[in-house]
Amino acid sequence: MHFNLFVVPFTAGMLILAILLAVRYIKWLSDLEAGNRNEIGGNLFTIKTLYAIREVFMESLLHRKVFKTNPLLGYMHMSLAFGWFLLIVVGKLETFFYTGKFANKFYYPVFFRFFEPTPHKSSLLLAFNALMDFVLLVVLSGIVIAILRRFRPRIAGMKKITKHSPGDRLALIALWLIFPLRLLSESATAGYSGNGSFMTQSVGNFMALFLPVHQLAIVFWWMYSISLGLFMVSIPFSRYMHIPTEILLIFLRNWGIKTKDHFSGFSEIEIQSCSRCGICIDTCQMNSQGKNSTTQMVYFLRDYRYNQLRPDLTDNCLLCGRCNEACPVGIDLTQHRLLQRKKKEFEIPSGFKYLPVNQPVEKKDVIYFAGCMSHLSPVISRSMEKIFKTAKISYLFLDKNGSVCCGRPLKISGQFEAAQKLVASNRQQIIASGAKILVTSCPICYKSFKEDYHLNIRVLHHSEYLLELMLQKKLALHPSGKKVVYHDPCELGRGSDIYIQPRMLLSHFMELVTIDQEKENALCCGGSLGNLSINPEERNAIQMATAGYLNSVDPEIIATSCPMCKKSIAQFSATPVKDIAELVVANLEALSESQKSLKHHKVGQTIEI
Amino acid sequence: MKDWGYSILKGRQIDFENNDFSIAEYITKHEPSFRWCIGCGSCTATCSAARLTDFNPRKLKLLIQRGEIKGLADEIAKCMLCGKCQLVCPRGINTRNVIQNIKRALNTCHAL
Amino acid sequence: MAINSQHIVIIGGGPAGLEAASCLGTAGYRVTVLEKEKQTGGKLLIWDKLFPEFRNSDKVLNHLSNGFKTNPPQILTNAEVVSVIPENGQHRINLSDGQAFQADTVLITTGFKLYNAEKKEEYGYQIYENVITSFDLEKQLKTGNPIRIEAGLTPRRIAFIHCVGSRDIKSGNIYCSRTCCITGVKQAIEIKRRLPDAEVFNFYMDLRMFGQNFEELYIEAQQKWGVTFIRGRVSEIAENKDNSLQLKAEDTLSGRPIKMSFDLVVLLAGMVPEPRTVEIGKSAALEFTSGNFLAGLDSHISQNETNTPGIFIAGTCREPLSVAETLTDARAATVKMISWLRENETSHKKSLIKRDND
Repeated sequence: MHFNLFVVPFTAGMLILAILLAVRYIKWLSDLEAGNRNEIGGNLFTIKTLYAIREVFMESLLHRKVFKTNPLLGYMHMSLAFGWFLLIVVGKLETFFYTGKFANKFYYPVFFRFFEPTPHKSSLLLAFNALMDFVLLVVLSGIVIAILRRFRPRIAGMKKITKHSPGDRLALIALWLIFPLRLLSESATAGYSGNGSFMTQSVGNFMALFLPVHQLAIVFWWMYSISLGLFMVSIPFSRYMHIPTEILLIFLRNWGIKTKDHFSGFSEIEIQSCSRCGICIDTCQMNSQGKNSTTQMVYFLRDYRYNQLRPDLTDNCLLCGRCNEACPVGIDLTQHRLLQRKKKEFEIPSGFKYLPVNQPVEKKDVIYFAGCMSHLSPVISRSMEKIFKTAKISYLFLDKNGSVCCGRPLKISGQFEAAQKLVASNRQQIIASGAKILVTSCPICYKSFKEDYHLNIRVLHHSEYLLELMLQKKLALHPSGKKVVYHDPCELGRGSDIYIQPRMLLSHFMELVTIDQEKENALCCGGSLGNLSINPEERNAIQMATAGYLNSVDPEIIATSCPMCKKSIAQFSATPVKDIAELVVANLEALSESQKSLKHHKVGQTIEI
Repeated sequence: MKDWGYSILKGRQIDFENNDFSIAEYITKHEPSFRWCIGCGSCTATCSAARLTDFNPRKLKLLIQRGEIKGLADEIAKCMLCGKCQLVCPRGINTRNVIQNIKRALNTCHAL
Repeated sequence: MAINSQHIVIIGGGPAGLEAASCLGTAGYRVTVLEKEKQTGGKLLIWDKLFPEFRNSDKVLNHLSNGFKTNPPQILTNAEVVSVIPENGQHRINLSDGQAFQADTVLITTGFKLYNAEKKEEYGYQIYENVITSFDLEKQLKTGNPIRIEAGLTPRRIAFIHCVGSRDIKSGNIYCSRTCCITGVKQAIEIKRRLPDAEVFNFYMDLRMFGQNFEELYIEAQQKWGVTFIRGRVSEIAENKDNSLQLKAEDTLSGRPIKMSFDLVVLLAGMVPEPRTVEIGKSAALEFTSGNFLAGLDSHISQNETNTPGIFIAGTCREPLSVAETLTDARAATVKMISWLRENETSHKKSLIKRDND
């Protein structure tokens, strides 16, 4: 009995969507690796599933993370997502209470007001009616904000928003039309039947004054159904695929699955979870300082998904990780960019036959690896050597005469296999030395050792190691009162989660000032080896901006713990930029003024005339 | 190419007019800074690979510009992509992107 | 005595400023020279011998002061200028201590500063003991004492590194500093003169022997003194246990990397504008070159005039120049200044001028 031809577009759309979704879900789940499937099985009945459900609620519906970026932006996304969710759930409840049964025709709750023109009598149902109107109002307010934001992104705290492809724009329009059309449909029906609530009834009464609402209503219901159907059908092909995908992603991620060093079934799911919200555009320094707004993750993922990736897009990313932090869906964006760089044809692993194998190595408990970059900043390794001496540590400076690169620069250019050859060479040396601790003053090397070397010994970044030495009282540092600001290197901070150790070390003997963009929000120095194709002007612009930002708090010294950051920032900073090892040594030397051998006495002072 | 009969000297001279510049053109198109090199040698001086084997980035790029590309694929494979050359280059050449584009050029326009 | 009431202020009492003061004074103008240090003479004070004929810098200094016999300028030392501001057709020159001067025309001759070689940290200046700059060496040479390295020993092998802070985008200076190459050759010869048994190596990218007798000096360095020239830019310097220095360069002409140890390394640091010059220039709304030197109006016809009428520039504040070129430049500036002053005399001032009919 409850049927009208207009329900067909909607129902057909839902059916098509359901089939396509099922096909895709089945493909994805079967594409998952065996290891991942075990993880699902092992974690399905644990608390992790509850965490997943909570995350779906907090992120997919309430958009908690987006609120952190900007409250109005968060409200905009939440009103649509959570609002629509509530319309469905509350609508279903309303029909349950009305009909007394759960199983009604599939489309019945969607077009409920059409099929039940009689106004409610019970206060419970009237309350549901009002609640439905309220939620619809919330959704409509979100759509108004969304439309306004297209013209003035600033109202939602954004500078740039995603430039959508034509297909996405069509889907967007379909989506935006759904709720106004629902309002018009329900209001028109309320206009002749009186079954609306505070909003729909008022609009309906207004319409009834001068419009033939009885005839018009059916037109609106048709349009409503068509826009719903169109939207449903567009989901698998547009950015809105993120709606069903993200939910699956959250569960899989909570069960411990992630994208590692090769593209897997899970990676495909991650990529299709991107909603193209565009939040990654503003956080990207290539955009804010480099004037490049075509290379951000939103475009990268889109082009990847539709097989339109250009190599310059894949290469042109600093891999700084700022977008990872901002992404509301929590996609491991930089890992995907990295994986797309893997192209077999550029890999020539056979080129490294010249690497030393089985070279005799001195046996020591502690090894220090300076890394390639540090050789161009000799004061860092020199400071480390002085520190080792002061703390009376017996150590081996493994790459004193020059480094075999740790392998990470090669890896992040996409040449995983070739990088393994470098890893093997260094690894053999490290193991042969019998060392128990490996200390490096370069965050790039540190990340490489931690992720790719599979060493069974302690691997420490020098900030961790120096902190340890200090806490063990092997280094006597005293407060100097100098004002210092600390710059988090990308590979150490976001890349390896080491934020606190350098700060604990520095604040012990200097006045550490905090800045807004620090720790997870730290700016990238711009030096990044991760970006192969950036042009010098853009890179300089980023370096200059970061140096300027650090200087804006008027520090006496800018401290960092990476030779690349040091060089990048120092190029554009009048304030001295020093590595933490240098600062430690300066502090130690100031303490022991009598040690003449450490004083720098120049032959023939340069006279400043 | 006239055959003077001095075949023993044939490989010695840079036969500019008959050399293969496809790789140089490819690189210049994608990384224009390739043209800025003055041959100062800082890149080779600091190169991590040059310390261990007969690898000379300056010479490599020069030969490509002269159209001498025989054996290029084997040579370019030696680069560790460590980035020291880029840090010292006084002309600000994006040396790592030059290396990447050499590899791409070898694969797209040349089967060497 | 000044025969003209127009007042000229010259900012900077180095060779350019003093030469200009002497020319303008001889022409009868009232000149004030403001020098920020406690004596005039600029870099000539620390320089020992000038290329290419190894003339004593004192000789040039004497010539400069000889020019003040007829109409000496008022010279104020410890006078640091912070800004130059146009005021009622004249210029107001403000000093750091609050003093101010009025001038009808201003000549900026604030000179250059040596590139801070500390910034090129891979060379280890101020990190390694035996890495010095050309200025440090010149000061050593001027004392006449034997050349020594830090430990009091005589260096047996010395390296000169050309283009430190010049022609180097990483230092922020793309331009060539012009005089460092010839200085490198000059100092190489001077070391060989004092230490005939020492080995001297010059590491260069190019050898810019542009001036008269420069190429001849280069030939002399090779032929008579046995200086070795290696074409290869040094990428980094490491320190050995005995404080000697290990250089990494590529011997580009042989196509192979080279590794050598030296007792002493001399960095031929380039010229950068004095920081004060930038401040003063900005206050007077002057234009700057891409290297941040003061810009003249035209590179052929009018190098000493600026975009602000009445403000002139001369010497190394506008581009790297040798001492000889600086003096010529200062004289050229004065010609322009005199003709500008004559055009811009006001009728009020005209009545005060006693024409010199000689």
